[in-house]
Amino acid sequence: MSNLIVLPMVIPILIGIILIFLRPYIKIQRWVSVLSVIFSGGLGLYLLKQIQTNGILTLEFGEWKAPFGIVFVADSFSMLLVVTTSFVTLVCLLYAFATIGRALESMFFYSFVQFLIAGVNGSFLTGDLFNLFVCFEVMLVASYILVMIGGKKDQLRESIKYIAINVLSSWIFLVAIAYLYGTLGTLNMAHLAVRVSEVGQTPLLTTISILLLIVFSLKSGLLLYFWLPGSYSVPPTAVAALFGALLTKVGIYAMFRIFTLIFNHEPAITHTLIGVMAAVTLIIGSIGAIAYKDLRQIAAFNVVIAVGFIMVGLAVFSTVALEGSIYYLIHDMIVKALLFLLVGTMIALTGKNRLNQMSGLIRNYPVLGWLVFIVTLSLAGIPPFSGFLGKVLVGGAAVEKGNFVLLALAFISSLFVLYSLLRIFMNCFWGETILSIEDEPPLKKSWLIPSIILSVATFVLGVGAESIAVYVNDAAHTLMNPEIYIDAVLPDK
Amino acid sequence: MESVIIILAGILVMIATYLFLSRNLIRIILGSALLSHAVHLLLMAMGGLKKGGPPLLGEELKTYTDALPQALILTAIVINFAVTAIFLVLAYRTYQKTGTDNLNALRGFKDE
Amino acid sequence: MKETNDVILHMVTKVVVFIILTLAIYLFIAGHNQPGGGFISGLVLSSAFVLLYLSFDVETVNSGLPLNFVVVAAVGVFLSVTTGFLAIFNGKSFLTHTFTSKTFPLIGKTEMGTVTLFEAGVSLAVVGVVVTIILGISEDV
Repeated sequence: MSNLIVLPMVIPILIGIILIFLRPYIKIQRWVSVLSVIFSGGLGLYLLKQIQTNGILTLEFGEWKAPFGIVFVADSFSMLLVVTTSFVTLVCLLYAFATIGRALESMFFYSFVQFLIAGVNGSFLTGDLFNLFVCFEVMLVASYILVMIGGKKDQLRESIKYIAINVLSSWIFLVAIAYLYGTLGTLNMAHLAVRVSEVGQTPLLTTISILLLIVFSLKSGLLLYFWLPGSYSVPPTAVAALFGALLTKVGIYAMFRIFTLIFNHEPAITHTLIGVMAAVTLIIGSIGAIAYKDLRQIAAFNVVIAVGFIMVGLAVFSTVALEGSIYYLIHDMIVKALLFLLVGTMIALTGKNRLNQMSGLIRNYPVLGWLVFIVTLSLAGIPPFSGFLGKVLVGGAAVEKGNFVLLALAFISSLFVLYSLLRIFMNCFWGETILSIEDEPPLKKSWLIPSIILSVATFVLGVGAESIAVYVNDAAHTLMNPEIYIDAVLPDK
Repeated sequence: MESVIIILAGILVMIATYLFLSRNLIRIILGSALLSHAVHLLLMAMGGLKKGGPPLLGEELKTYTDALPQALILTAIVINFAVTAIFLVLAYRTYQKTGTDNLNALRGFKDE
Repeated sequence: MKETNDVILHMVTKVVVFIILTLAIYLFIAGHNQPGGGFISGLVLSSAFVLLYLSFDVETVNSGLPLNFVVVAAVGVFLSVTTGFLAIFNGKSFLTHTFTSKTFPLIGKTEMGTVTLFEAGVSLAVVGVVVTIILGISEDV
């Protein structure tokens, strides 16, 4: 029992509520929300250290014993993601302070960011399938409001699609939960894993697992990504960065958890299917990334490619591949936030959102230009930035397992990522300048600092990957050996 | 009894699908509400329908009623209630802003 | 708009609102070990408010009941989450609730549990959210 592990979910909820009372005091709202995020990040780091010495931490809500009550489980994988979430949110909040504007700030913007973080952290930490559904919904309800906030016409239109598709996927989630409860009589993830390995993964259970796969693919944009580019390109930049960094990753986390812990007995069916879906996602994402001229659409399709790449690790299904996926997951959260922030800044500066309408920005904004170059290199996986290690590990594992098609697609998609972003860099920053010195809108320092922080982070994560290697190894080890997780949750099964 | 409930859930899903595919925003919202009610019924049927037993396992009791599906359904109803409410507010705001609740009239980017 | 004569609606509302409020309190207390509880009593409570808003107009009700329902909802959730925290300070797991039995004059032996506070929070949250949303949709039609 460790009450600390519930705090990354409960503290943001409490702070979000307190911020409602502080509605007129914007300054205090900002400070309180920053403190809340720093606190959950720091707590995450502390717990990460604890897990290395004491093993997986669990908490049974209301002292109801494990298979009957709700449990929260913190292993290295979830805590790594909690820490990264807090870091990315902190930076996005800093950007929001400078850009979001008074009107949205008094419309409970910071409260809903806190609720979003509560949902994300809760999904990472929960050890119960129904509770996972609840945390997803907390996150989604907050995200519905963050997409709508401001109420521009295209925001409203995309929200309708976004909510409709998520209502549908939540419905499938509930159907899968109902079937699982009907067949196995439990919803605790560790208990489910025990039951599945006792009765064997029958075809019925495999079908249910594919239902769950559809749910999480819809949420994370694996193959079923069609709602994603629209709804990620309409909200304010700070919100889009949060979405691009966090929301799809929760779906990815859920797939990793379900298909390593519970449904790991029929990899020939489930993991092959995941591999096929990842391959198609990589292809379509690459086409999308080079097909559009709208900067935000390009950024959104880069999210889709990254989802495909991370799922390649799960499809290959070996310890090294999972390590690579986890590295890449952390890298992608940081660097996608950076990409959305930079693209949003460019659009805010020029007032245009298409490639061919911008040109020669490097003369007026050299720092911004080189930041875009850094994000290009980092996303393409060029050392010394953080994408490199993940790509190498996933690639190596794919060679070992003989998945050459996935390997080829993964690396060709990197070239497409490089091309799509170099196109932004060349078109928008080189060439004739469109803004004369007189009418260039000044680039405020507060707009750039968040991007600089994230660029430094991707560099540090690339050079100092060794420092988180212990945690990543432990996370991958736990994922590949589900009995560690099961023993922690059900010590006397 | 379970099969009756499951057939009922199927009929609800059928109606909800029809509503979901229409172009009218209010019908879509009603469809999403019906869809969740169908799954609540399914959850209840999956837990088994029994009456007369307490929700406890005991030494001397012959029957017991599984209370968990009801707790799950209550939670799901609360969540569905919140989502439907947000969806309704969104529909209302959209209607205010654009003067239409027909999805065909809402489609398309201006610069494409 | 034509002035309408809703004497009957007003009279009935004045009586029925109190019946609904009583039912809400009954459901809330019954929830301890019978069907009922915070969520349902919250819904019933909010139906009383909605009836008031329907029969009188928004301004009249607001002048008599100066409540910001967003804050009501926030207070409710705050109450529920903080009762969960109480257990942490006792060295128990999050959300553990406790109860004692006390004997009162007239009522007799009664159980008192912190779960009542949790349920009260749920009630307030439901009332706040429902009334906020209904007011949000219904204003300036």
